[in-house]
Amino acid sequence: MLQVISLLLENKPGALLRVTGLLGSRGYNIESLTVARTLDPELSRMTIVVDVDSKLCAQVIKQMNKLVNVLQATDLTETPSVRRELLLLRVRVAPEGRTQVLKEAEIFGARVVDSSPEGLVIEATGDAEKLEEFLETMRSYGETEVSRSGAVAMSLAGKKLKLQPPVPTRVEMVRM
Amino acid sequence: MSTNLMSGAKILLECMVKEGVECFFGYPGGVTLPFYDALYDHHIRHVLVRHEENAAFAAEGYARATGKVGVCCATSGPGATNLVTGLVDSMMDSIPIVALTGQVHSSLIGSDAFQEADTFGITRSCTKHNFMVKNVAELPQIVHEAFYIAASGRPGPVLVDIPKDVFMAQGHYTPVTSIHLPGYKVFTEGHAGQVKRAAQMIWNAERPFIYAGGGVVAANAAAELREFTELIDAPAVCTLMGLGALPAEHPNFVSMPGMHGSYAANMGMSGADLLIALGVRFDDRVTGRLAAFAPHAKIIHVDIDPAEIGKNRVVDVPIVGDVKRVLEKLNKALAETKPAHAGRNAAPRRAWWGQIRAWKEQFPLVPSTSDTEIKPQHLMAEIDRVSGGKAIVTSDVGQHQMWAAQLVRFSAPRLWINSGGLGAMGFGLPAAIGAQFAQPEKLVISLVGDGGFQMSIPELATIASYGLPIKIIVMNNGYLGMVRQWQELFYNNRLSSVTLDSFPDAEKLAGAYGFKGRTVEKPHELARALDEAIREPGPYLLNVKVSPFENVYPMVPAGGAINEMVMGPPQPVPVP
Repeated sequence: MLQVISLLLENKPGALLRVTGLLGSRGYNIESLTVARTLDPELSRMTIVVDVDSKLCAQVIKQMNKLVNVLQATDLTETPSVRRELLLLRVRVAPEGRTQVLKEAEIFGARVVDSSPEGLVIEATGDAEKLEEFLETMRSYGETEVSRSGAVAMSLAGKKLKLQPPVPTRVEMVRM
Repeated sequence: MSTNLMSGAKILLECMVKEGVECFFGYPGGVTLPFYDALYDHHIRHVLVRHEENAAFAAEGYARATGKVGVCCATSGPGATNLVTGLVDSMMDSIPIVALTGQVHSSLIGSDAFQEADTFGITRSCTKHNFMVKNVAELPQIVHEAFYIAASGRPGPVLVDIPKDVFMAQGHYTPVTSIHLPGYKVFTEGHAGQVKRAAQMIWNAERPFIYAGGGVVAANAAAELREFTELIDAPAVCTLMGLGALPAEHPNFVSMPGMHGSYAANMGMSGADLLIALGVRFDDRVTGRLAAFAPHAKIIHVDIDPAEIGKNRVVDVPIVGDVKRVLEKLNKALAETKPAHAGRNAAPRRAWWGQIRAWKEQFPLVPSTSDTEIKPQHLMAEIDRVSGGKAIVTSDVGQHQMWAAQLVRFSAPRLWINSGGLGAMGFGLPAAIGAQFAQPEKLVISLVGDGGFQMSIPELATIASYGLPIKIIVMNNGYLGMVRQWQELFYNNRLSSVTLDSFPDAEKLAGAYGFKGRTVEKPHELARALDEAIREPGPYLLNVKVSPFENVYPMVPAGGAINEMVMGPPQPVPVP
């Protein structure tokens, strides 16, 4: 099944690899992965959609929470959440067909971000289903090329983040 | 505190001193030259092993014998890659070690420089955590974090990769007073409500059974386990990793459970109505076919690692916490509630103990002997005799390991040191080196097979040069015994590449290194030969030729339920 995981992790070298390595070493295929830093530049927010055996979903979250760089791993598959994806699409369409394309784009709430003699580049956001429909529609107008961001998700239930407090070093503990 | 300028190498040593490192195991190389130069006139003792893999194993032996963090060190490239088996081994068995590796000069990283390997990448999946140090300023913080991560929570290996220029750069050692790892979660206390529920469940049980593992050893909770066992008076098994957590002589101790566990241990697990799992991970070698494991039992599972709870078996009362802390609380709760439950389930519990004893008597683990050849079990009984439950015994993996686990009795934790989860051949000898440095006054017996011994033969030089009084006992059956056993049982006895028909003359081999050794093959000579080895003040290599075709029984074939045991060569025993 497709599991949607939201991760808050330290923005440190190797942190991304630890997460993907954990999935890869178990033979899970990552459907999509997005990552960017948060308001706090030392932290990143990652959304992963991964194909996991449904019996192992809880185990995956636990294993991710064990990673030292991961502050919080949350399973958003079943919990109330918003998921959005950005899609950039180039469609080769002759000038006479463009009006129709623009109309379609408007219906989907998409907008044109570039125009050239070869065609248009259109930007669309939405959930995966809507984007699939949009893509389907556009393909009927000409040769298309697509770049998708993968899902970005946010939980609707604000889960309180529990950070671990600093601990004294061993030396300090001995002194106490 | 000194804030003088000093090299990264010296800063590293300063950190190690602060962490209480007295000795560590390693092998120098090109990029660690600055570190070894700083070490030249430093009081921390560096033990020069003969192969980096053995540096990691020795660090493990040190850690397993003491509970302290073991440290190993290797150069970049081949040095670092040679550590990998030891890292995985300590990961599997939750052993705290810190591995320090040199890396090529920062400016050369990624250029396929001489002796460059992506150590950080290679070791990512075989460490609890790893670091690459980018500049000397962050070195102290990282090193202290490494030790903290290795030793806290569920222990494990941590690697710190240090480029040559960081060793050479000048910096300050600023004392690190606190460690802040916001994402590193350690759960020690255990949920009070769950502890209460567990206590209630224990009093309600008619056939309780204790399943104690390596977590009890890691948590130094042997005393608490003993108190717990006596409070509830339940039969107890210790897993391969937990042997000694409850003294073998304790009346409640049954034996080791699992694939080569005793009949009583496996039948006990299978018949229990409550299994109290303490610091265990329901490993496949213990559970056999999971679906048929402890089918009548409710489960209380105490473990410090939340990911272990429910991983293999659904749990009725999960308690995430340090086994020692949880048992303290549980023992208190049990002691308080005991009077109210006096005599509760007395009859079924008596019957349960009767049943356990009957199983023990029906198929006891008794060493078989012969007049003409040394049976491996006879050797184990002799090792048990000379140890008297007090010696440190290290082993590799295979038949000798299983027979030792069945027959050598341990009176305390941290005496039985073996490669449990990974099953690494060649572990026993270097682990003994680490254990002997950790416990110089203790008798250390390195019990190895003729296969594993030949994987770690270079370390005879280490033993000789440090004059370590390790007693190396090779159980020599001329085969890779466990593989041969499986080929015999499951591959029509087609013995494919398992014959070890060449073995060095033990007396000459030991003599070449300047210590004593001999070969013994007559059963009536064994006791004396062993006594002689123990009496010898220095190292001793005793090559014991045992019957080559002996198989380890009882045995649960792969995929079988643990109560479907093969008790011996001819026929499976019908299960009641």
